Amino acid sequence: MSGRRTISRWLVFVIALHLLVIFAGFFAPYDPAEQDRKNPYLPPMRLHLVDHQGHFHARPFAYGVKLREGSFDQYEEDRTETFPLKFLVRGASYRFLGLVPSRLHLFGTETDRIYLLGSDSYGRDQLSRFLYGGRVSVFAGLLGASVTLLLGLCVGLAAGYYGGWRDDLLMRLAELFLALPWLYLLFALRAFLPLAVGPLEAFFLIIVVLGIVGWARPARLVRGVVLSAKERDFVRAARGFGAADGYLLRRHILPETSSVLLTQATMLVPQFILAEMTLSFLGLGVPEPVPSWGNLLSSLQQYSVLVSYWWMYLPALIMLPFFLGYLGLGSELQERAEPYKIGR
Amino acid sequence: MMRYLLRRAAHAFFLLIGVSLLAFAFTVLAPGNYFDEMRLNPEIAPETIAALRTQYELNRSLPVRYVHWVSSVLHGDMGFSFAYNTPVAPLLLVRARNTLLLTVTAMLLAWGIALPLGIWSAEHLGRLPDRLVSWGTAALLVVPDLALALGLLVIAVKSGWLPTGGMVSLNFDRLPFFGKLRDLLLHMALPVAALVLSVLPTLVRHVRAAMAEVLDAPFVLAAEGHGLRRRTLLYRYALPAAANPLISLFGFSIGTLLSGSLLIEVVMSWPGLGPFLLEAILARDIYVVIGGVLLSTLFLVGGNFLADLLLYWADPRIRTETGP
Repeated sequence: MSGRRTISRWLVFVIALHLLVIFAGFFAPYDPAEQDRKNPYLPPMRLHLVDHQGHFHARPFAYGVKLREGSFDQYEEDRTETFPLKFLVRGASYRFLGLVPSRLHLFGTETDRIYLLGSDSYGRDQLSRFLYGGRVSVFAGLLGASVTLLLGLCVGLAAGYYGGWRDDLLMRLAELFLALPWLYLLFALRAFLPLAVGPLEAFFLIIVVLGIVGWARPARLVRGVVLSAKERDFVRAARGFGAADGYLLRRHILPETSSVLLTQATMLVPQFILAEMTLSFLGLGVPEPVPSWGNLLSSLQQYSVLVSYWWMYLPALIMLPFFLGYLGLGSELQERAEPYKIGR
Repeated sequence: MMRYLLRRAAHAFFLLIGVSLLAFAFTVLAPGNYFDEMRLNPEIAPETIAALRTQYELNRSLPVRYVHWVSSVLHGDMGFSFAYNTPVAPLLLVRARNTLLLTVTAMLLAWGIALPLGIWSAEHLGRLPDRLVSWGTAALLVVPDLALALGLLVIAVKSGWLPTGGMVSLNFDRLPFFGKLRDLLLHMALPVAALVLSVLPTLVRHVRAAMAEVLDAPFVLAAEGHGLRRRTLLYRYALPAAANPLISLFGFSIGTLLSGSLLIEVVMSWPGLGPFLLEAILARDIYVVIGGVLLSTLFLVGGNFLADLLLYWADPRIRTETGP
């Protein structure tokens, strides 16, 4: 297996998934906050190509949903109603990339709303909420990892390059952060920050907290790389020619850390997505009505939802490709960095 | 031996001091406290709140509060819970016991499964059993803890096989001894399963890697040539040689389990530190939060200390390095 090819394949996969959430407005059929109070907890509608009389339709369609006779929470398909799926329809308005206003959606129906992943307690479309929620969760992960790596890089460079008491101080501090189980640390940090905040503040708060939680490990790894890099002959030669610290760090030492940072990033992003999910799930993160993968799942904390509306769990399953992508990318990168560590 | 132990113990001690200082430093940054919420309640007089603030020393400077808190820790109180109006330690200890019950069981179970599985996989490196294990661990690694716990919960609810919340049934007190044990085990099954499945893939992968490296060594070939039994060779000779990185991983896995437990306890409503801390965070009951964090650090540090001891016992190189 050629490493480079597989890496680029994983990379394409991961980027494709990110485009899905970045352009959530286009891929999601509805506005995530739009309510349909008449239809709470609708089960996912199935798409059909063949109708109940055996006729084939080229255009996929869904049947309407009605309550089963004598029941108040069991639904069945209402075969008198059909919703043919239309592509590139005009629907709820949104802003393309947050800038350009648009009404174009990948798919939808012209008549009633369809719920491919079911609806929640307010009749909001779970699929739309999943895609918009992914934007919050995935970007919390990405930005959190960026802050963490930047912080870790600075600390690692300072500790490794300058050494002496700075090294001692920074590394003892890193040990403190590593001595705490990370979720406890996350909880504790969150505990000391304001609880009732708006969605945007909550989002940035989470990113800051994640940055503080995670910096220690990359800092230690970067320090290790710097320690060995600064004794390399070409670095010493450059120093001998009178290169300044800033130049040495930028031109000769920084590039050496790239592989460590890259592998750390593929580990940190999914971990931080999970951290955001955990916080929002527990009500410490991004608040309603802004969806995130965490608060999407938090309705499952109610026993009644767990018993009757199993499809509220579906978002947890369709987010798995994201984690798979990062895992695949990470293990490929790791294998390239240390080819003999773990043979396949 | 004593010197090595003392050095590790001193290290652990300073770590705990550092963490407590850090936790206190963060409280300064915290906007609002428990009594600010009270102010919103018109039935509580401002004087009462002021008196309470003085009583709990919220007006004093941070170093003073820290010193008082440390003396309270030394007296075995660990500060005072505003919400429960009692010392923190007894409250925490009950929850910590429940958390430890989960994590220790999960730890034993996870290692009990990971060792044979990893060794089996390393023994058949690159062949079908190894592939199966690799695929299995990759699949588990992809599923985030939260999705895993909720998934198990959904399955349990749908099938009705296992109780889905709490630690014991309502009629627990009236059960005979073995009935009690059975009830407790049934309630533990789901959270322990979630914990084990969440740490298992990492453990198996490391066991496999460490064993694969050792099985490559010439002494294994020699032992095979001498006609040693497969089991003896693997478990008596190869495993101890591979033990060093695994023991370090043992210490590390404690931290992962404690973190995982925090979330899984909330999801599965296990009365451990997880739900308790969450409640304390929402109520701004800071001494409970600090106590919980410190306790978790203590567990982790204790686990690492245990790992150091094991390492000392298992690896002769460390013994000679540090002197008798």
